[in-house]
Amino acid sequence: MKTSIIQFPGLNRESDMIMALENVTGAKTHTVWHTETSLPDTDLVVIPGGFSYGDYLRCGAIAARSPIMKAIIDHANKGGKVLGVCNGFQILVETGMLRGALMRNANLKFVCKQVRLSVENDSTFFTSKMTKGDEITCPVAHHDGNYFVDPETLKRLEGDGQIVFRYADGTNPNGSLNDIAGICNAKGNVIGMMPHPENMIEPLHGKTDCRPLFESIAA
Amino acid sequence: MKAMIKVTLKNGVLDPQGKAIMGSLGSLGFEGYGNVRQGKYFELDIEAASKAEAQARVKDMCEKLLANTVIENYDIEIAD
Repeated sequence: MKTSIIQFPGLNRESDMIMALENVTGAKTHTVWHTETSLPDTDLVVIPGGFSYGDYLRCGAIAARSPIMKAIIDHANKGGKVLGVCNGFQILVETGMLRGALMRNANLKFVCKQVRLSVENDSTFFTSKMTKGDEITCPVAHHDGNYFVDPETLKRLEGDGQIVFRYADGTNPNGSLNDIAGICNAKGNVIGMMPHPENMIEPLHGKTDCRPLFESIAA
Repeated sequence: MKAMIKVTLKNGVLDPQGKAIMGSLGSLGFEGYGNVRQGKYFELDIEAASKAEAQARVKDMCEKLLANTVIENYDIEIAD
């Protein structure tokens, strides 16, 4: 599994993501700076979390228009895998690779806590080691994670199994429509999620609930 | 020419910031108002042969960056 981590100015979760990928999948990752226009030989592109461009204009808006994005879109169009976490998810919806928008949390507060997630689709590259209906604990840390999409698209996402993760047990921290925490595109090769699974994989994290997600990548 | 662009949330999109502002106006004692919605305003200088050309180029900017058309509408005004 050859993995590229995309680095934008203002991202700050790349080290945790690299550790998670390398420790669990055993593969080396390659970091790609946002000004580059092509990817190295890559199976999986990961856009980690943080605050690219200081969240100016809208979260992820400026990063979504940076030079490397065209190569990432080409990679996805050819069936290559893409994972965006937190700001990475916001960047993916700003490019249009994933549907909808991530708006200011309904309670207007930055939320940093653990939530419960249910796995809604277990056939993606990031959930194949889990079973639909599994519930896991996962941290969130964001100000703009309130997922919104028009009613018709929402119906299609729900009907086509494009909801990958949902906040469970009443832990929706941001007002997301239908408790949506993570979605994929129609082909299932592009996934975005607001929670941070890379921070729940080691005993030192308190729980290892999210380790099977990274094991899915290696499978 | 100068372009003035208003970006507002579409009808039906919840605006928790607008709600918080509405509550704050109430706590200042204002009365007889409602439905506070917040948005963004941009100004930029643009060189163009005609207002129509400026309008078209700014529309392109709105579609590609200034607005997120999933949740936002935009309104463009061009002045000499």
